[in-house]
Amino acid sequence: MTQPNHPDEKKPFPWHLVIFLAPALLIYVTFSVYPLLDTLFLSLFNTQDGNSTFVGLQNFITLITDDNWSHAFWNALLNNFMFFAIHMVLQNPIGLLLAVLLSSPKLRLSGTYRTLIFMPTMLSVVIIGFVWQLLLSPIWGISEEFLYNIGLGHYFDAWLGKEGSALITLSFISVWQFVGIPMMLIYATLLNIPDDIVDAGTVDGANPLQTFWYIKLPLILPTIAMVSILTFVANFNAFELIYAVKGALAGPNFSTDLMGTFFYRTFFGFQLQQGSASMGAAVATLMFLIILVGVMLFLFFVQRRIQRFQF
Amino acid sequence: MSNAHSNLSVSRYAIATAVLLSSASMINAAGTLNIESWRSDDANIWSDVIIPAFNKSHPDTTVYFTPTPPTQYNSALQAKLQAGTAGDLITCRPFDTSLTLFTSGYLDSLNDLKGLTEFSDVAKSAWVTDDGKDQFCLPMASVIHGFIYNKEIFKELNLSVPATRDEFFSVLKTIKSESRYSPLAMGTADQWESATMGFQNIGPNYWKGEAGRKALLEGKAKLTDEAYVNTWKELAEWKPYLGRGFEAQKYSDSQNLFTLGRAAIYPAGSWDIQTFNNQADFEFGAFPPPVTKSGDTCYISDHTDIGIGINANSPNKAAAAELLNWMASQEFAELFANAVPGFFPLSNHKIAIKDPVAQEFISWRDSCESTIRNSYQILSRGTPNLENQLWNVSAQVINGTMTPEAAAQETQNGLEQWYAPQQ
Repeated sequence: MTQPNHPDEKKPFPWHLVIFLAPALLIYVTFSVYPLLDTLFLSLFNTQDGNSTFVGLQNFITLITDDNWSHAFWNALLNNFMFFAIHMVLQNPIGLLLAVLLSSPKLRLSGTYRTLIFMPTMLSVVIIGFVWQLLLSPIWGISEEFLYNIGLGHYFDAWLGKEGSALITLSFISVWQFVGIPMMLIYATLLNIPDDIVDAGTVDGANPLQTFWYIKLPLILPTIAMVSILTFVANFNAFELIYAVKGALAGPNFSTDLMGTFFYRTFFGFQLQQGSASMGAAVATLMFLIILVGVMLFLFFVQRRIQRFQF
Repeated sequence: MSNAHSNLSVSRYAIATAVLLSSASMINAAGTLNIESWRSDDANIWSDVIIPAFNKSHPDTTVYFTPTPPTQYNSALQAKLQAGTAGDLITCRPFDTSLTLFTSGYLDSLNDLKGLTEFSDVAKSAWVTDDGKDQFCLPMASVIHGFIYNKEIFKELNLSVPATRDEFFSVLKTIKSESRYSPLAMGTADQWESATMGFQNIGPNYWKGEAGRKALLEGKAKLTDEAYVNTWKELAEWKPYLGRGFEAQKYSDSQNLFTLGRAAIYPAGSWDIQTFNNQADFEFGAFPPPVTKSGDTCYISDHTDIGIGINANSPNKAAAAELLNWMASQEFAELFANAVPGFFPLSNHKIAIKDPVAQEFISWRDSCESTIRNSYQILSRGTPNLENQLWNVSAQVINGTMTPEAAAQETQNGLEQWYAPQQ
């Protein structure tokens, strides 16, 4: 609040910048940066038996080499990659397809479709999990009868309960729920493509497929790249759906265990298992590193090569 | 600037007033007791039945029952104890959760409490230090495992209640072949039922209750012993009698299958009685886990589930001890057992329970030997966690994706990795 008294000083310190930045910065640091750093720090300690001792990287070594931990860790990581792969193969291409269909000027009621397809994304994961469990339930579900009616009845199984199919089924549910996000993002980009470019292509004799392949797709590639990053980050942080449907023990035989559920069990404990804050912090740190490395690789190898177009 | 200053001083006065007020209310608080609990379902029972009954004999003590939702209880209680704002009486989870509270100095030792003489050693085992020296919670309630059956289906198919294992399986076979009902209402989707309603339910008959549990603790028995392998073998035999798609059947599905009259037998915990009383419109009964041949001693899982202790920082310990002594009395046992059928008081008093099914469950305490779930005391302290393993392998054995021998081997290997007496 003090006024500068030196006549030779031309510009006072820009206090207003500090004041305007402070609230957001304070909230960001308190609730985002500090917890993150504290987690990284905590992972270097051992907090068992009430007192914490500095153990360096021991938690990480245990996590990766000790059979009791590493088995669960690699299993969760592998499942997580599988979960991500299914999203990349299904969710994003389907989202792209839906966006292209929606942006077609000939389609009627496109607003209705857009809302309906986006609706599941807005619902709570708990509701999604509950609804799909009911749909797929061998006891009350309608999916068995539905399959019988189209002649595929003998393919029906308790998919959510079998070791081989539980994770895939859960991935499909998640894809169904979140397909609206790539659809909306790509749709918005498609609408931004100026008609002149498409018209010029049409005049030059491009058919609709060529228009899509050579004109629209290159223009929406940056969006697809961004959608892929979002999918990667969201999938490696996934937790709620598994927890809502299969519980924290992610059965059967940990076949649906993701990094999120593995972290939950480690940090908070489970039933009679006492949680370990430091071990949990180590898992969280590894999750953070995996996501960081993934995003960085992506930025270096993919994002840099994508050309941006100015209209 | 001057405005800000006056605001500041106003808030300073406000804080001072608040401090004064709160200290005043603390002085008034003498003679009141707050009970921390996770049993929010029982809040009405406490305020309408139990506390008024206590006040008849102790009119000068005001008791408040202040529950926290079950999933948040452990962490909320921990935070309150650390901040010094926890209630005078602490409802205790069994075993290590409460033991940690005691070793951290949050719970008082109850060795001098005279009410404790009303309880058996098995009842007290969940809240005692490993060396058996210090008792830190008063046992309050247990849950008993067994099977609940639909009496109408049994009458329709002309079945009698099975006492031996052979009878049990012939009953299951009859239900499966002669009717469209599911013989057993249980699924493996949630996993815990396989371990709790399956393994810990029928197991005590194989490992002879407390004797087997103690032998496991002392390292004299292994999970690869015949008793345990046979328990899993019987579970594996349940598979054909479970409903179709049981792998995706959840706990609530099983409850609904039974209350809708679509399943004949439900591997149960006594806490299910309340749900079934509310939802089933047919008569149901209960039988204990069947024994090998008739006349054998039967063993039941009479699992210590709820205890209550005194906050070491309570300003009102005398009144708290008074309440605990009353909770060890016949009067409390009878009130509690009838208010929450399915949760059984652990004291040695003979009590009359009105609910017929709950009465059936508690009658097994006289005819059978009681034990508790074998994974709860000490054995689930290490990594890998035995209880988690039991959930996983029991569910897999029933699913048919793991042999009983492999289940035994995996859990025994887990135990040997950290538990010295088993090494």
